[in-house]
Amino acid sequence: MDWYPLYNSLRIALISSVIVFFSGIFTAYYIAKLHPVLKGILDVVLTLPLVLPPTVVGYFLLVVLGPRRCVGAWILEVFHTRLVMTWYSGIFAAAVVAFPLMYRTARGAFESFDETLAYSGQTLGLSNRYIFWRIRMPACRQGIMAGGVLAFARALGEYGATSMIAGYTPGKTATISTTVYQLWRTNNDTLAFRWVVVNVVISAVVLLIVNLLEKREKTSGGSHIHLSGRS
Amino acid sequence: MSLYVDIKKNLGSFVLETKFEADGGVTGILGASGCGKSMTLRCIAGILKPDAGRIELDGRVFFDSEKKINLKPQQRHVGLLFQNYALFPNMTVWQNLMAALLPYEKEKSRAASSVRLVIKKFALDGLEKRKPGQLSGGQQQRVALARIFLSKPQVLLLDEPFSALDDFLKWKLELELSDLLEEFSGSTLFVSHSREEIYRLCDRVCVMEQGKSSPVIPIKQLFETPVSRAAAVLSGCKNYSRACPAGEGRVYAQDWGVTLEYEGDAPEPFHYIGVRSHYIYPVLSKDAAGKKNTFCCEIMRVVEDVFSIVILLQPKGAEGLEAEEENRKIRVEMTKEAWKEFCRREGTQKEMWIWIEGRDIMVLA
Repeated sequence: MDWYPLYNSLRIALISSVIVFFSGIFTAYYIAKLHPVLKGILDVVLTLPLVLPPTVVGYFLLVVLGPRRCVGAWILEVFHTRLVMTWYSGIFAAAVVAFPLMYRTARGAFESFDETLAYSGQTLGLSNRYIFWRIRMPACRQGIMAGGVLAFARALGEYGATSMIAGYTPGKTATISTTVYQLWRTNNDTLAFRWVVVNVVISAVVLLIVNLLEKREKTSGGSHIHLSGRS
Repeated sequence: MSLYVDIKKNLGSFVLETKFEADGGVTGILGASGCGKSMTLRCIAGILKPDAGRIELDGRVFFDSEKKINLKPQQRHVGLLFQNYALFPNMTVWQNLMAALLPYEKEKSRAASSVRLVIKKFALDGLEKRKPGQLSGGQQQRVALARIFLSKPQVLLLDEPFSALDDFLKWKLELELSDLLEEFSGSTLFVSHSREEIYRLCDRVCVMEQGKSSPVIPIKQLFETPVSRAAAVLSGCKNYSRACPAGEGRVYAQDWGVTLEYEGDAPEPFHYIGVRSHYIYPVLSKDAAGKKNTFCCEIMRVVEDVFSIVILLQPKGAEGLEAEEENRKIRVEMTKEAWKEFCRREGTQKEMWIWIEGRDIMVLA
Protein backbone atom coordinates (compact mmCIF):
# COMPACT_ATOMS: atom_id res chain seq x y z
CA MET A 1 0.00 0.00 0.00
CA ASP A 2 1.39 3.37 -1.05
CA TRP A 3 1.19 5.71 1.97
CA TYR A 4 1.73 8.89 -0.06
CA PRO A 5 -1.96 10.05 0.17
CA LEU A 6 -1.80 9.87 4.00
CA TYR A 7 1.41 11.89 4.06
CA ASN A 8 0.05 14.42 1.58
CA SER A 9 -3.30 14.73 3.35
CA LEU A 10 -1.64 15.27 6.72
CA ARG A 11 0.79 17.91 5.48
CA ILE A 12 -1.95 19.79 3.61
CA ALA A 13 -4.21 19.65 6.67
CA LEU A 14 -1.44 20.68 9.07
CA ILE A 15 -0.14 23.60 7.02
CA SER A 16 -3.58 24.90 6.13
CA SER A 17 -4.88 24.60 9.70
CA VAL A 18 -1.85 26.51 11.03
CA ILE A 19 -2.56 29.30 8.52
CA VAL A 20 -6.25 29.24 9.34
CA PHE A 21 -5.59 29.09 13.09
CA PHE A 22 -3.80 32.43 13.22
CA SER A 23 -5.70 34.23 10.47
CA GLY A 24 -9.00 33.06 12.00
CA ILE A 25 -8.07 34.35 15.47
CA PHE A 26 -6.94 37.75 14.26
CA THR A 27 -9.87 38.20 11.89
CA ALA A 28 -12.28 37.27 14.68
CA TYR A 29 -10.58 39.69 17.07
CA TYR A 30 -10.50 42.67 14.73
CA ILE A 31 -13.92 42.12 13.15
CA ALA A 32 -15.53 42.27 16.59
CA LYS A 33 -14.37 45.90 16.86
CA LEU A 34 -15.78 47.06 13.50
CA HIS A 35 -18.91 49.02 12.76
CA PRO A 36 -21.98 46.71 12.90
CA VAL A 37 -22.83 47.12 9.19
CA LEU A 38 -19.31 46.37 7.98
CA LYS A 39 -19.14 43.57 10.53
CA GLY A 40 -22.33 42.01 9.16
CA ILE A 41 -21.10 42.12 5.57
CA LEU A 42 -17.65 40.71 6.33
CA ASP A 43 -19.19 38.05 8.52
CA VAL A 44 -21.31 36.77 5.63
CA VAL A 45 -18.37 36.80 3.20
CA LEU A 46 -16.06 34.99 5.63
CA THR A 47 -18.62 32.36 6.57
CA LEU A 48 -19.78 31.65 2.98
CA PRO A 49 -17.22 28.89 2.32
CA LEU A 50 -18.84 26.93 5.14
CA VAL A 51 -22.19 26.72 3.40
CA LEU A 52 -21.22 26.85 -0.28
CA PRO A 53 -20.71 23.54 -2.11
CA PRO A 54 -16.95 22.85 -2.15
CA THR A 55 -17.06 22.72 -5.97
CA VAL A 56 -18.24 26.33 -6.01
CA VAL A 57 -15.32 27.25 -3.75
CA GLY A 58 -13.07 25.32 -6.14
CA TYR A 59 -14.48 27.29 -9.05
CA PHE A 60 -13.71 30.59 -7.32
CA LEU A 61 -10.22 29.42 -6.47
CA LEU A 62 -9.57 28.48 -10.09
CA VAL A 63 -10.87 31.86 -11.20
CA VAL A 64 -8.35 33.59 -8.93
CA LEU A 65 -5.37 31.22 -8.97
CA GLY A 66 -5.59 29.68 -12.45
CA PRO A 67 -2.48 30.22 -14.63
CA ARG A 68 -4.35 32.54 -16.98
CA ARG A 69 -6.16 34.44 -14.20
CA CYS A 70 -5.14 37.54 -12.25
CA VAL A 71 -3.19 36.23 -9.24
CA GLY A 72 -2.21 32.94 -10.84
CA ALA A 73 -0.79 34.63 -13.95
CA TRP A 74 1.19 37.14 -11.89
CA ILE A 75 2.73 34.45 -9.69
CA LEU A 76 3.57 32.40 -12.78
CA GLU A 77 5.31 35.37 -14.38
CA VAL A 78 7.23 36.53 -11.31
CA PHE A 79 8.00 33.23 -9.53
CA HIS A 80 7.59 30.79 -12.45
CA THR A 81 5.36 28.73 -10.22
CA ARG A 82 1.97 27.29 -10.97
CA LEU A 83 -0.58 27.49 -8.18
CA VAL A 84 -2.92 24.80 -9.47
CA MET A 85 -2.49 21.07 -10.00
CA THR A 86 0.41 20.85 -7.50
CA TRP A 87 0.45 19.26 -4.04
CA TYR A 88 0.29 22.63 -2.31
CA SER A 89 -2.80 23.64 -4.31
CA GLY A 90 -4.61 21.45 -1.81
CA ILE A 91 -3.52 23.89 0.93
CA PHE A 92 -5.45 26.74 -0.69
CA ALA A 93 -8.58 24.65 -0.98
CA ALA A 94 -8.35 23.26 2.56
CA ALA A 95 -7.55 26.66 4.06
CA VAL A 96 -10.50 28.44 2.43
CA VAL A 97 -12.95 25.72 3.38
CA ALA A 98 -11.69 25.35 6.97
CA PHE A 99 -11.33 29.08 7.66
CA PRO A 100 -14.98 29.74 8.65
CA LEU A 101 -14.85 27.00 11.29
CA MET A 102 -11.86 28.58 12.98
CA TYR A 103 -13.16 32.09 12.57
CA ARG A 104 -16.61 31.23 13.96
CA THR A 105 -15.38 29.33 17.01
CA ALA A 106 -12.76 31.96 17.81
CA ARG A 107 -15.38 34.69 17.52
CA GLY A 108 -17.72 32.79 19.82
CA ALA A 109 -14.92 32.40 22.36
CA PHE A 110 -14.03 36.10 22.16
CA GLU A 111 -17.66 37.13 22.49
CA SER A 112 -18.09 35.18 25.72
CA PHE A 113 -14.94 36.79 27.11
CA ASP A 114 -15.67 39.06 30.07
CA GLU A 115 -14.59 42.43 28.67
CA THR A 116 -14.14 43.93 32.15
CA LEU A 117 -11.00 41.78 32.44
CA ALA A 118 -9.47 43.67 29.54
CA TYR A 119 -10.67 46.99 30.98
CA SER A 120 -9.17 46.29 34.38
CA GLY A 121 -5.91 45.35 32.67
CA GLN A 122 -5.92 48.69 30.86
CA THR A 123 -6.60 50.73 33.99
CA LEU A 124 -3.77 48.85 35.71
CA GLY A 125 -1.51 50.15 32.96
CA LEU A 126 -0.96 46.85 31.14
CA SER A 127 -0.31 47.09 27.40
CA ASN A 128 -2.96 45.93 24.96
CA ARG A 129 -0.53 43.33 23.64
CA TYR A 130 -0.06 41.89 27.14
CA ILE A 131 -3.82 41.85 27.67
CA PHE A 132 -4.37 40.00 24.39
CA TRP A 133 -1.73 37.31 24.87
CA ARG A 134 -1.76 36.86 28.64
CA ILE A 135 -5.40 37.47 29.57
CA ARG A 136 -7.73 37.23 26.59
CA MET A 137 -6.09 34.27 24.84
CA PRO A 138 -5.72 32.10 27.96
CA ALA A 139 -9.33 32.84 28.94
CA CYS A 140 -10.52 31.80 25.46
CA ARG A 141 -7.98 28.99 25.16
CA GLN A 142 -10.33 26.04 25.09
CA GLY A 143 -12.68 27.52 22.52
CA ILE A 144 -9.82 28.52 20.28
CA MET A 145 -8.16 25.12 20.53
CA ALA A 146 -11.43 23.39 19.72
CA GLY A 147 -11.74 25.65 16.66
CA GLY A 148 -8.24 24.70 15.56
CA VAL A 149 -8.94 20.99 15.86
CA LEU A 150 -12.21 21.32 13.96
CA ALA A 151 -10.46 23.28 11.22
CA PHE A 152 -7.82 20.55 11.02
CA ALA A 153 -10.48 17.86 10.72
CA ARG A 154 -12.29 19.78 8.00
CA ALA A 155 -9.02 20.40 6.12
CA LEU A 156 -8.18 16.71 6.31
CA GLY A 157 -11.55 15.72 4.81
CA GLU A 158 -11.53 18.32 2.02
CA TYR A 159 -12.49 16.77 -1.32
CA GLY A 160 -14.53 18.98 -3.65
CA ALA A 161 -12.39 22.08 -4.00
CA THR A 162 -9.20 20.01 -3.79
CA SER A 163 -10.24 17.76 -6.66
CA MET A 164 -10.84 20.83 -8.82
CA ILE A 165 -7.72 22.80 -8.00
CA ALA A 166 -5.23 20.00 -7.32
CA GLY A 167 -6.79 17.12 -9.24
CA TYR A 168 -5.65 13.54 -8.69
CA THR A 169 -2.11 12.60 -9.65
CA PRO A 170 -0.85 9.51 -7.78
CA GLY A 171 2.30 10.31 -5.85
CA LYS A 172 1.89 14.04 -6.48
CA THR A 173 -1.47 15.54 -5.58
CA ALA A 174 -3.32 12.48 -4.28
CA THR A 175 -4.94 12.90 -0.86
CA ILE A 176 -6.89 10.32 1.14
CA SER A 177 -10.25 11.63 -0.03
CA THR A 178 -9.33 11.83 -3.73
CA THR A 179 -7.65 8.42 -3.49
CA VAL A 180 -10.77 6.79 -2.06
CA TYR A 181 -12.82 8.15 -4.94
CA GLN A 182 -10.27 7.10 -7.53
CA LEU A 183 -9.95 3.57 -6.09
CA TRP A 184 -13.68 3.09 -5.92
CA ARG A 185 -14.08 4.38 -9.47
CA THR A 186 -11.53 1.85 -10.70
CA ASN A 187 -13.23 -1.03 -8.81
CA ASN A 188 -10.39 -1.40 -6.30
CA ASP A 189 -12.77 -2.00 -3.38
CA THR A 190 -10.33 -3.58 -0.93
CA LEU A 191 -7.82 -0.75 -1.11
CA ALA A 192 -10.58 1.87 -1.02
CA PHE A 193 -11.90 0.23 2.14
CA ARG A 194 -8.47 0.41 3.80
CA TRP A 195 -8.25 4.14 3.13
CA VAL A 196 -11.77 4.58 4.44
CA VAL A 197 -10.74 2.90 7.69
CA VAL A 198 -7.65 5.12 7.96
CA ASN A 199 -9.78 8.22 7.41
CA VAL A 200 -12.45 7.17 9.93
CA VAL A 201 -9.80 6.48 12.58
CA ILE A 202 -8.13 9.88 12.14
CA SER A 203 -11.46 11.76 12.18
CA ALA A 204 -12.67 9.86 15.26
CA VAL A 205 -9.48 10.73 17.14
CA VAL A 206 -9.86 14.38 16.19
CA LEU A 207 -13.47 14.51 17.37
CA LEU A 208 -12.49 12.78 20.60
CA ILE A 209 -9.96 15.55 21.22
CA VAL A 210 -12.65 18.20 20.62
CA ASN A 211 -14.96 16.51 23.12
CA LEU A 212 -12.24 16.27 25.73
CA LEU A 213 -11.45 19.95 25.30
CA GLU A 214 -15.09 20.91 25.70
CA LYS A 215 -15.43 18.80 28.81
CA ARG A 216 -12.40 20.43 30.37
CA GLU A 217 -13.83 23.83 29.55
CA LYS A 218 -17.04 22.99 31.36
CA THR A 219 -15.36 21.72 34.52
CA SER A 220 -12.82 24.53 34.81
CA GLY A 221 -14.85 27.42 33.43
CA GLY A 222 -17.71 27.55 35.92
CA SER A 223 -15.81 28.53 39.01
CA HIS A 224 -15.12 32.18 38.22
CA ILE A 225 -17.90 34.63 39.05
CA HIS A 226 -19.24 36.42 36.00
CA LEU A 227 -21.46 39.39 36.66
CA SER A 228 -22.48 41.56 33.80
CA GLY A 229 -21.41 45.15 34.38
CA ARG A 230 -24.47 47.29 34.86
CA SER A 231 -24.81 50.64 33.12
CA MET B 1 -6.42 66.52 45.05
CA SER B 2 -9.27 67.43 42.81
CA LEU B 3 -11.17 65.61 40.11
CA TYR B 4 -13.22 67.64 37.69
CA VAL B 5 -15.78 65.90 35.49
CA ASP B 6 -18.08 67.52 32.97
CA ILE B 7 -19.15 65.07 30.29
CA LYS B 8 -21.94 64.29 27.89
CA LYS B 9 -22.61 61.00 26.16
CA ASN B 10 -25.58 60.21 23.99
CA LEU B 11 -26.66 56.58 23.88
CA GLY B 12 -29.86 56.97 21.92
CA SER B 13 -32.48 56.19 24.52
CA PHE B 14 -30.33 57.56 27.29
CA VAL B 15 -28.26 60.72 27.65
CA LEU B 16 -25.51 60.88 30.23
CA GLU B 17 -24.87 64.42 31.43
CA THR B 18 -22.65 64.57 34.48
CA LYS B 19 -20.90 67.52 36.00
CA PHE B 20 -19.23 67.49 39.37
CA GLU B 21 -16.03 68.19 41.20
CA ALA B 22 -14.56 65.96 43.89
CA ASP B 23 -11.91 67.42 46.21
CA GLY B 24 -10.07 64.86 48.29
CA GLY B 25 -11.83 62.52 50.65
CA VAL B 26 -14.58 60.15 49.59
CA THR B 27 -17.28 61.40 47.27
CA GLY B 28 -20.31 59.20 46.79
CA ILE B 29 -22.36 58.91 43.62
CA LEU B 30 -25.81 57.80 44.64
CA GLY B 31 -28.37 56.64 42.12
CA ALA B 32 -30.72 53.83 41.17
CA SER B 33 -29.32 51.08 38.94
CA GLY B 34 -29.15 52.13 35.31
CA CYS B 35 -28.79 55.84 36.07
CA GLY B 36 -25.32 56.07 34.52
CA LYS B 37 -23.14 55.83 37.61
CA SER B 38 -20.92 53.04 36.33
CA MET B 39 -20.78 54.68 32.93
CA THR B 40 -19.44 57.86 34.53
CA LEU B 41 -16.67 55.89 36.23
CA ARG B 42 -15.81 54.17 32.97
CA CYS B 43 -15.54 57.53 31.23
CA ILE B 44 -13.16 58.77 33.93
CA ALA B 45 -11.06 55.61 33.62
CA GLY B 46 -10.90 56.01 29.83
CA ILE B 47 -12.71 52.80 28.97
CA LEU B 48 -15.61 54.72 27.47
CA LYS B 49 -15.23 57.88 25.44
CA PRO B 50 -17.70 60.70 26.15
CA ASP B 51 -19.10 62.64 23.18
CA ALA B 52 -18.14 65.97 24.64
CA GLY B 53 -16.78 67.63 27.76
CA ARG B 54 -13.72 67.58 29.96
CA ILE B 55 -12.19 65.36 32.61
CA GLU B 56 -9.31 66.66 34.68
CA LEU B 57 -7.37 65.35 37.67
CA ASP B 58 -5.13 67.80 39.54
CA GLY B 59 -4.55 69.83 36.40
CA ARG B 60 -3.83 66.75 34.29
CA VAL B 61 -6.33 66.70 31.44
CA PHE B 62 -7.65 63.18 30.79
CA PHE B 63 -10.18 64.17 28.22
CA ASP B 64 -11.04 67.38 26.44
CA SER B 65 -13.29 67.19 23.41
CA GLU B 66 -12.41 70.74 22.29
CA LYS B 67 -8.66 70.27 22.48
CA LYS B 68 -9.03 66.72 21.16
CA ILE B 69 -7.30 65.21 24.17
CA ASN B 70 -8.19 61.65 25.13
CA LEU B 71 -5.60 59.84 27.23
CA LYS B 72 -5.48 56.05 27.08
CA PRO B 73 -6.63 54.22 30.21
CA GLN B 74 -3.01 53.14 30.67
CA GLN B 75 -1.88 56.78 30.94
CA ARG B 76 -4.49 57.90 33.45
CA HIS B 77 -3.28 56.09 36.59
CA VAL B 78 -6.78 55.52 37.82
CA GLY B 79 -7.70 52.64 40.11
CA LEU B 80 -11.07 51.23 39.09
CA LEU B 81 -12.60 48.49 41.21
CA PHE B 82 -15.13 46.63 39.11
CA GLN B 83 -18.38 45.22 40.39
CA ASN B 84 -17.19 41.67 39.69
CA TYR B 85 -13.60 42.58 40.73
CA ALA B 86 -12.25 41.49 37.30
CA LEU B 87 -9.42 39.34 38.60
CA PHE B 88 -7.59 37.54 35.80
CA PRO B 89 -9.05 34.02 36.06
CA ASN B 90 -6.08 32.28 34.44
CA MET B 91 -3.59 33.69 36.95
CA THR B 92 -3.00 32.90 40.61
CA VAL B 93 -3.39 35.57 43.29
CA TRP B 94 0.37 36.08 43.21
CA GLN B 95 0.43 36.49 39.43
CA ASN B 96 -2.54 38.85 39.54
CA LEU B 97 -0.67 41.08 41.96
CA MET B 98 2.60 40.86 40.05
CA ALA B 99 0.79 41.87 36.86
CA ALA B 100 -0.18 45.17 38.47
CA LEU B 101 3.48 46.02 39.01
CA LEU B 102 4.58 45.10 35.50
CA PRO B 103 4.19 48.60 34.03
CA TYR B 104 6.05 50.30 36.91
CA GLU B 105 8.61 47.88 38.25
CA LYS B 106 10.93 46.07 35.86
CA GLU B 107 13.04 44.58 38.66
CA LYS B 108 11.47 41.20 39.52
CA SER B 109 12.84 40.91 43.06
CA ARG B 110 11.71 44.39 44.04
CA ALA B 111 8.25 43.69 42.60
CA ALA B 112 8.07 40.46 44.58
CA SER B 113 8.91 42.21 47.85
CA SER B 114 6.22 44.87 47.19
CA VAL B 115 3.71 42.11 46.53
CA ARG B 116 4.70 40.34 49.76
CA LEU B 117 4.07 43.55 51.71
CA VAL B 118 0.66 44.02 50.15
CA ILE B 119 -0.26 40.37 50.80
CA LYS B 120 0.44 40.93 54.47
CA LYS B 121 -1.47 44.23 54.55
CA PHE B 122 -4.55 42.78 52.89
CA ALA B 123 -4.44 39.55 54.91
CA LEU B 124 -3.98 37.34 51.86
CA ASP B 125 -1.33 35.06 53.37
CA GLY B 126 -1.69 31.48 52.20
CA LEU B 127 -3.83 32.38 49.19
CA GLU B 128 -0.92 33.23 46.85
CA LYS B 129 -1.19 30.04 44.80
CA ARG B 130 -4.99 30.05 44.47
CA LYS B 131 -6.87 31.05 41.32
CA PRO B 132 -9.63 33.69 41.65
CA GLY B 133 -12.26 30.98 41.13
CA GLN B 134 -11.11 29.31 44.35
CA LEU B 135 -11.58 32.42 46.48
CA SER B 136 -14.63 33.66 48.38
CA GLY B 137 -16.28 36.93 47.34
CA GLY B 138 -14.62 38.81 50.18
CA GLN B 139 -11.19 37.41 49.36
CA GLN B 140 -11.65 38.32 45.70
CA GLN B 141 -12.43 41.88 46.70
CA ARG B 142 -9.33 42.10 48.87
CA VAL B 143 -7.15 40.78 46.04
CA ALA B 144 -8.71 43.28 43.63
CA LEU B 145 -8.12 46.17 46.06
CA ALA B 146 -4.57 45.00 46.74
CA ARG B 147 -3.93 44.86 43.00
CA ILE B 148 -5.24 48.39 42.55
CA PHE B 149 -3.11 49.73 45.42
CA LEU B 150 0.02 48.15 43.92
CA SER B 151 -0.51 50.18 40.76
CA LYS B 152 -0.42 53.39 42.86
CA PRO B 153 -3.49 55.13 41.46
CA GLN B 154 -4.02 58.86 41.88
CA VAL B 155 -7.76 58.47 42.13
CA LEU B 156 -9.79 55.53 43.31
CA LEU B 157 -13.05 54.61 41.59
CA LEU B 158 -15.18 52.03 43.38
CA ASP B 159 -18.10 50.62 41.39
CA GLU B 160 -20.68 49.04 43.72
CA PRO B 161 -17.97 47.15 45.58
CA PHE B 162 -20.40 45.29 47.82
CA SER B 163 -23.10 44.27 45.35
CA ALA B 164 -21.71 40.77 44.83
CA LEU B 165 -21.49 39.95 48.53
CA ASP B 166 -23.96 38.67 51.08
CA ASP B 167 -25.13 40.91 53.91
CA PHE B 168 -23.04 39.42 56.66
CA LEU B 169 -19.77 39.73 54.77
CA LYS B 170 -20.67 43.19 53.51
CA TRP B 171 -20.56 44.73 56.94
CA LYS B 172 -17.10 43.39 57.72
CA LEU B 173 -15.65 44.41 54.37
CA GLU B 174 -17.15 47.84 54.63
CA LEU B 175 -15.20 48.48 57.83
CA GLU B 176 -12.01 47.25 56.15
CA LEU B 177 -12.62 49.46 53.15
CA SER B 178 -13.33 52.44 55.36
CA ASP B 179 -9.92 52.06 57.04
CA LEU B 180 -8.27 51.72 53.68
CA LEU B 181 -9.91 54.84 52.30
CA GLU B 182 -8.69 56.85 55.25
CA GLU B 183 -5.11 55.89 54.42
CA PHE B 184 -5.49 56.71 50.75
CA SER B 185 -4.14 60.14 49.92
CA GLY B 186 -5.98 60.71 46.64
CA SER B 187 -9.66 61.30 45.97
CA THR B 188 -12.12 58.45 45.94
CA LEU B 189 -15.35 58.13 44.03
CA PHE B 190 -17.69 55.60 45.55
CA VAL B 191 -20.62 54.52 43.40
CA SER B 192 -23.58 52.80 44.99
CA HIS B 193 -27.34 52.48 44.92
CA SER B 194 -27.38 52.02 48.68
CA ARG B 195 -27.89 55.20 50.70
CA GLU B 196 -26.70 53.42 53.85
CA GLU B 197 -23.33 52.53 52.30
CA ILE B 198 -22.93 56.05 50.97
CA TYR B 199 -23.85 57.59 54.32
CA ARG B 200 -21.35 55.47 56.21
CA LEU B 201 -18.41 55.75 53.80
CA CYS B 202 -18.63 59.13 52.09
CA ASP B 203 -18.00 62.73 53.09
CA ARG B 204 -19.92 64.24 50.21
CA VAL B 205 -22.46 62.95 47.77
CA CYS B 206 -23.65 63.61 44.25
CA VAL B 207 -27.10 62.30 43.40
CA MET B 208 -27.60 60.95 39.88
CA GLU B 209 -30.93 60.42 38.23
CA GLN B 210 -31.47 59.17 34.67
CA GLY B 211 -28.03 60.23 33.54
CA LYS B 212 -28.15 63.68 35.16
CA SER B 213 -26.03 64.56 38.14
CA SER B 214 -26.83 67.14 40.79
CA PRO B 215 -24.19 69.27 42.57
CA VAL B 216 -22.00 67.64 45.19
CA ILE B 217 -23.30 68.31 48.71
CA PRO B 218 -22.12 67.28 52.17
CA ILE B 219 -23.53 63.89 53.04
CA LYS B 220 -25.45 65.12 56.11
CA GLN B 221 -27.27 67.68 53.99
CA LEU B 222 -28.72 65.03 51.69
CA PHE B 223 -30.32 63.21 54.57
CA GLU B 224 -31.35 66.17 56.69
CA THR B 225 -32.37 68.72 54.09
CA PRO B 226 -32.73 67.23 50.63
CA VAL B 227 -33.88 69.88 48.17
CA SER B 228 -35.40 67.81 45.37
CA ARG B 229 -37.83 64.97 45.45
CA ALA B 230 -35.34 62.66 43.71
CA ALA B 231 -32.76 63.36 46.40
CA ALA B 232 -35.36 62.74 49.09
CA VAL B 233 -36.35 59.41 47.52
CA LEU B 234 -32.70 58.34 47.41
CA SER B 235 -32.24 59.42 51.01
CA GLY B 236 -34.97 56.94 51.97
CA CYS B 237 -37.98 59.21 52.48
CA LYS B 238 -41.20 57.37 51.59
CA ASN B 239 -44.11 59.82 52.03
CA TYR B 240 -44.79 62.58 49.53
CA SER B 241 -47.57 64.90 48.55
CA ARG B 242 -47.81 67.55 45.90
CA ALA B 243 -47.85 70.87 47.68
CA CYS B 244 -48.47 74.57 47.10
CA PRO B 245 -47.85 77.65 49.31
CA ALA B 246 -50.62 78.51 51.76
CA GLY B 247 -49.33 81.62 53.45
CA GLU B 248 -46.20 82.29 55.49
CA GLY B 249 -44.69 79.01 56.74
CA ARG B 250 -47.68 76.99 55.59
CA VAL B 251 -48.26 74.55 52.73
CA TYR B 252 -51.34 72.89 51.38
CA ALA B 253 -50.66 69.18 50.74
CA GLN B 254 -52.79 68.50 47.66
CA ASP B 255 -52.66 64.73 47.78
CA TRP B 256 -53.51 64.59 51.48
CA GLY B 257 -56.05 67.38 51.58
CA VAL B 258 -54.52 69.13 54.62
CA THR B 259 -52.74 72.38 55.36
CA LEU B 260 -49.52 71.97 57.33
CA GLU B 261 -47.08 74.33 59.05
CA TYR B 262 -43.39 73.88 58.42
CA GLU B 263 -40.17 75.25 59.88
CA GLY B 264 -36.97 76.01 58.05
CA ASP B 265 -36.29 77.06 54.47
CA ALA B 266 -38.28 76.15 51.40
CA PRO B 267 -36.88 76.13 47.87
CA GLU B 268 -38.44 78.57 45.44
CA PRO B 269 -40.60 77.36 43.75
CA PHE B 270 -41.50 74.10 45.47
CA HIS B 271 -43.83 71.33 44.33
CA TYR B 272 -43.70 68.61 46.96
CA ILE B 273 -43.44 67.97 50.64
CA GLY B 274 -41.94 64.81 52.09
CA VAL B 275 -42.08 63.25 55.55
CA ARG B 276 -40.05 60.29 56.77
CA SER B 277 -42.07 57.36 58.11
CA HIS B 278 -40.50 57.39 61.56
CA TYR B 279 -41.28 61.11 62.03
CA ILE B 280 -45.03 60.56 61.84
CA TYR B 281 -46.52 60.08 65.30
CA PRO B 282 -49.90 58.54 66.12
CA VAL B 283 -52.11 60.65 68.40
CA LEU B 284 -55.06 59.42 70.44
CA SER B 285 -58.32 60.77 69.04
CA LYS B 286 -59.25 62.45 72.34
CA ASP B 287 -56.01 64.49 72.27
CA ALA B 288 -56.25 65.42 68.62
CA ALA B 289 -58.73 68.29 68.66
CA GLY B 290 -57.20 71.66 67.92
CA LYS B 291 -53.65 70.34 67.68
CA LYS B 292 -51.82 71.77 64.67
CA ASN B 293 -50.36 69.53 61.92
CA THR B 294 -52.68 66.78 63.09
CA PHE B 295 -55.16 64.99 60.86
CA CYS B 296 -57.25 61.86 60.70
CA CYS B 297 -56.50 58.92 58.39
CA GLU B 298 -58.14 55.68 57.49
CA ILE B 299 -56.01 52.59 58.17
CA MET B 300 -55.69 50.75 54.85
CA ARG B 301 -53.28 47.98 55.77
CA VAL B 302 -51.11 46.82 58.64
CA VAL B 303 -47.94 45.00 57.68
CA GLU B 304 -45.84 43.21 60.25
CA ASP B 305 -42.12 43.66 59.63
CA VAL B 306 -39.25 41.87 61.39
CA PHE B 307 -38.87 44.33 64.25
CA SER B 308 -41.62 46.84 63.61
CA ILE B 309 -45.14 47.42 62.35
CA VAL B 310 -45.75 49.33 59.12
CA ILE B 311 -49.16 50.97 58.79
CA LEU B 312 -50.47 52.29 55.49
CA LEU B 313 -52.85 55.21 55.93
CA GLN B 314 -55.06 57.23 53.65
CA PRO B 315 -55.83 60.77 54.82
CA LYS B 316 -59.57 61.32 55.29
CA GLY B 317 -59.18 64.77 53.75
CA ALA B 318 -57.98 63.14 50.52
CA GLU B 319 -61.28 61.42 49.82
CA GLY B 320 -62.69 62.67 46.56
CA LEU B 321 -59.47 64.50 45.73
CA GLU B 322 -57.61 63.67 42.56
CA ALA B 323 -54.52 62.45 44.32
CA GLU B 324 -51.47 60.99 42.64
CA GLU B 325 -51.92 57.30 43.35
CA GLU B 326 -48.42 56.71 44.67
CA ASN B 327 -48.73 59.71 47.03
CA ARG B 328 -52.12 58.82 48.43
CA LYS B 329 -50.81 56.38 51.00
CA ILE B 330 -48.92 57.52 54.09
CA ARG B 331 -46.54 55.04 55.63
CA VAL B 332 -46.07 55.04 59.38
CA GLU B 333 -43.60 52.86 61.20
CA MET B 334 -43.74 52.05 64.90
CA THR B 335 -42.56 49.39 67.30
CA LYS B 336 -44.81 46.38 67.88
CA GLU B 337 -45.32 47.45 71.53
CA ALA B 338 -46.41 50.96 70.54
CA TRP B 339 -48.91 49.52 68.03
CA LYS B 340 -50.34 47.15 70.66
CA GLU B 341 -50.66 50.02 73.12
CA PHE B 342 -52.35 52.20 70.48
CA CYS B 343 -54.93 49.50 69.67
CA ARG B 344 -55.65 48.92 73.36
CA ARG B 345 -56.21 52.57 74.16
CA GLU B 346 -58.01 53.55 70.98
CA GLY B 347 -60.12 50.40 70.79
CA THR B 348 -60.28 50.55 66.99
CA GLN B 349 -58.09 49.62 64.06
CA LYS B 350 -60.09 51.55 61.47
CA GLU B 351 -58.62 55.02 61.76
CA MET B 352 -55.67 56.82 63.23
CA TRP B 353 -54.92 60.47 64.01
CA ILE B 354 -51.36 61.43 63.13
CA TRP B 355 -49.18 64.37 64.04
CA ILE B 356 -46.16 65.66 62.10
CA GLU B 357 -43.76 68.11 63.69
CA GLY B 358 -43.13 71.24 61.60
CA ARG B 359 -39.36 70.76 61.48
CA ASP B 360 -39.79 67.22 60.06
CA ILE B 361 -41.63 68.42 56.98
CA MET B 362 -39.26 68.63 54.03
CA VAL B 363 -40.32 71.13 51.41
CA LEU B 364 -39.03 69.90 48.05
CA ALA B 365 -38.55 71.33 44.59
